[in-house]
Amino acid sequence: MRIRFRFAKLGKIRFTSQRDVARMWERALRRAELPLAYTEGFSPRPQLSFGLALPTGCESLAEYVDVALDATRAAGIEAASLPALLTPLLPEGIDVEEAVPVEKGPGSLQQLVTSCSWTMRFTGVSKEELRHQVESLLSAPSVPIVRERKGRQVHDDLRPSVLVLAVSDDRAVVAGRRDDTGRSVGVVAELATQPRGVRPIELVRGLIAVSGGPAFRPLEGQAADGDRPVGIPVLDRACRTQQWIERDGIREEPLQPRGIPAETHRAVHALERAS
Amino acid sequence: MESLWPQVEPLLAQVTKPARYIGGELGAQAAEHGRWAVSWLLVYPDTYEIGLPNQGLQILYEILNERDDAVAERSYAPWVDMEAAMRAAEVPLFSLENHLPARAFDILAFNLSAELVYTNVLNLIDLAAVPLHGSDRSADDPIVLAGGHCAFNPEPLSDFVDCFVLGDGEEVVSEINEVVAEHRSKGRHSTDHPAGLRSRDALLRALSRVPGVYVPACYEARYGPAPAESGSGESTTPPAPAGPGRLSATYPRFAETPARVEKRTIADLGQWPYPRRQLVPLIEVVHDRLNVELFRGCTRGCRFCQAGMITRPVRERPAEQVRTMVQAGLARTGYDDVALTSLSSADYSGIEETVTSIIDDPSCSGQVSVSLPSLRVDAFTVGTAAQIQRVRRTGLTFAPEGGTWRMRQVINKLIREEDLYAAVDAAFSQGWKRVKLYFLIGLPTETDEDTLGIVALAKQCVAIGRQYHKGVTVTASVGGFVPKVQTPFQWFGQNTIEELTRKIHLLRDAARPVRGLTIRWHDPRATAAEGIVSRGDRRMGAVIEQVWRNGGTFQEWSEHFDMRLWTDALAAHGMSLEGTVYRHRTEGEVLPWDHLSAGLHRDFLWQDWLDALANHGLEDCRWTPCYDCGACTGFGVEHVVASAVPPAGGSQGTGQDLSTGGQVPVRFLSTAPSGAVSATGPEEHAAVRVGEGRG
Repeated sequence: MRIRFRFAKLGKIRFTSQRDVARMWERALRRAELPLAYTEGFSPRPQLSFGLALPTGCESLAEYVDVALDATRAAGIEAASLPALLTPLLPEGIDVEEAVPVEKGPGSLQQLVTSCSWTMRFTGVSKEELRHQVESLLSAPSVPIVRERKGRQVHDDLRPSVLVLAVSDDRAVVAGRRDDTGRSVGVVAELATQPRGVRPIELVRGLIAVSGGPAFRPLEGQAADGDRPVGIPVLDRACRTQQWIERDGIREEPLQPRGIPAETHRAVHALERAS
Repeated sequence: MESLWPQVEPLLAQVTKPARYIGGELGAQAAEHGRWAVSWLLVYPDTYEIGLPNQGLQILYEILNERDDAVAERSYAPWVDMEAAMRAAEVPLFSLENHLPARAFDILAFNLSAELVYTNVLNLIDLAAVPLHGSDRSADDPIVLAGGHCAFNPEPLSDFVDCFVLGDGEEVVSEINEVVAEHRSKGRHSTDHPAGLRSRDALLRALSRVPGVYVPACYEARYGPAPAESGSGESTTPPAPAGPGRLSATYPRFAETPARVEKRTIADLGQWPYPRRQLVPLIEVVHDRLNVELFRGCTRGCRFCQAGMITRPVRERPAEQVRTMVQAGLARTGYDDVALTSLSSADYSGIEETVTSIIDDPSCSGQVSVSLPSLRVDAFTVGTAAQIQRVRRTGLTFAPEGGTWRMRQVINKLIREEDLYAAVDAAFSQGWKRVKLYFLIGLPTETDEDTLGIVALAKQCVAIGRQYHKGVTVTASVGGFVPKVQTPFQWFGQNTIEELTRKIHLLRDAARPVRGLTIRWHDPRATAAEGIVSRGDRRMGAVIEQVWRNGGTFQEWSEHFDMRLWTDALAAHGMSLEGTVYRHRTEGEVLPWDHLSAGLHRDFLWQDWLDALANHGLEDCRWTPCYDCGACTGFGVEHVVASAVPPAGGSQGTGQDLSTGGQVPVRFLSTAPSGAVSATGPEEHAAVRVGEGRG
């Protein structure tokens, strides 16, 4: 028996890594005394399969994990009751939103997901500057960036992976929270995950590259705005809002939202607990 | 008090492992600071991953937070990248729970578990924006406190730490809290203190009357004239405070100050079932599992082992409480791994029953792994290990410490060769393929024969393993010996860096032709640096301060350790390795820790030192007559042991014939199935006879 969970990761907990989150889930599932299915062999581990890794420091409203339960002992477990059971057993900022039994289909979540939607918040640029950079990026035939792969620097073209990119008209909203300071600019994006996932930080490098800035600028520091040259966008917050699976021209999320405009509803609920 | 989180948060995007600084662990208590509560910041002066699992800190954290008149938060040493970011942004040291500035707490309490972290202690005081020297602090500054094993020689830190706590902290933290609360109720700046004392001095004087608390400012150290052959004294900045003369006395400055500070000892571990709510970190840390303390203290009497000497007597936790703590702990934390901790866990009365009851507990669904750190060296122990590690089996570690029987008699680690070989045989025959052996070099009276005995033992272990598997590996891990205070070896002059290096080369060359044997060693320079502080007197404070000022933090991390900082600082203060580390002490010499007591009579330690030099071993006093070391009688407590007989099948001084320790090994006749081996000890030994010269 396999159950797919959707959960949010918001607030301070965003500074933990994907690996840390996996360990939090293992402990929470054991605390819930769910009949987990274990791997065979010398070091049996519970069978958990996470979706696309979320970069450390990013928030998310759309994280997924598939959990295998021992079929004989799991009879009678009501999947719909699990979010309320598990959320209090997970650290603050991790909120389980939905649990649905799924068939073991072809390919893991990581292989199936084709793109992710993001909301982001930038400082260091005005809305007009950022809008200009976004237009330059979208109209460029290619956007060369350098990224780290296993400690090595690899040259890559970012452009084909940017499916949607737009500056928000409203005040920047990330993970349901509006920044009223007026210092930040909001962006929505959809970034492809195949053949390789694009991280928000790599999108920033692309924006800097097309705006004529240095091709590779490590985003160190968030010093006062006066200290940095105008027009260099600094990623302040990034939140994954959806993961998408596109098959035969049909696009859907790993778990279909239950007829509610998902993002806003989820965000408000999750934010009540996140700091 | 304002939370620093808004200033901390932007820094986290720039540093490695940002989750070190966010708190939020299961078990963390972000209590509000009531107006009258005494606030403690418990600080571990090493990284979060090393410090978080520390059980001592967690126990005190809970005891304090259970009190209505106290609140405790935690902090750990920020890694170098975070420290740089904090200093650049002028963010001071902060607590993890409420992200409050360290300076806003009433007490900063440091855990001292190793000497090389002392420079980190200075760094953290500075990062907290608290004056570095106790003498410069005012009524508005926190009291800086320290406890832990290294507090038994507090003098090198006496310029920087206001109070040290000796021994078990469970009771004394509450007494300290009451003294501080009472003082505060009068108001920090009250002038209503006896003899017109400044407020802060009055508080320190009051604390010095709490048993187990040592306040260096209430004592004066006096030094004799400089020795004639005062070394190359090109001392420049700053001038040496008291010249290089020997310590002549440390005495109390006030009538009400005790002449001698005795350590604190809790009589009954069963009354302290802590931690009840062990912290479960969000990121991976060392010892990332449930830890339950089986007993405190050890009377094996290994002469090099400070922990075994200063934590006497043995106090076992009742088996029923161990089971409850394990069960409740696993259910609460979700861990699937529990360590039963102590200085020698196989010595716990009824260890087998305890382990079996955990493994067979249906509520743990058969997926729980139990580990016993510090395995005793014998086949019986391996049998238990085989049973408990049936879930995940990696490597086994034994610590014979000395390469020859003579050497092991000197250090009183009474492991016979046959015990070691039987243990290793049992390990390999039961499926382990990696065995690690711990040894010390630079021990008193050590000859090259003793040193090379390490390779001979390890080589034999490889040969035993080859009978069972092709690709066995044996790793001999070799550390340089640092004499520690309150042990019989406190008078011994440590081996020089050159001598330790020569011995390492000797070992490396001898081990090179042996396939399957790897020698690993500790940097002899780090061993020397540890020696500088471990037996230093008050004048060593200036050396530590200079090392810190020149950037020497995280000195126990090999990538940050820098011996030049230490030797330069020694020279700048007219001192040398010869005069401080390498020198033998004599019986009559006044030692910088003579006014502090771990309960052990000085003449017991001296006699034990003479016994060591005469190759004479002492059996464990749990099961033999008392040697009158002083630990029990001095505190009116005694061993709390559930079983009056030594553990079955044990070695190391439990009634074995110690005249035969170096004899040819005995072997198991056949590979016993693991069930049989884990059954009982005596039968197992009956199945042993003199080997047939295999290997």
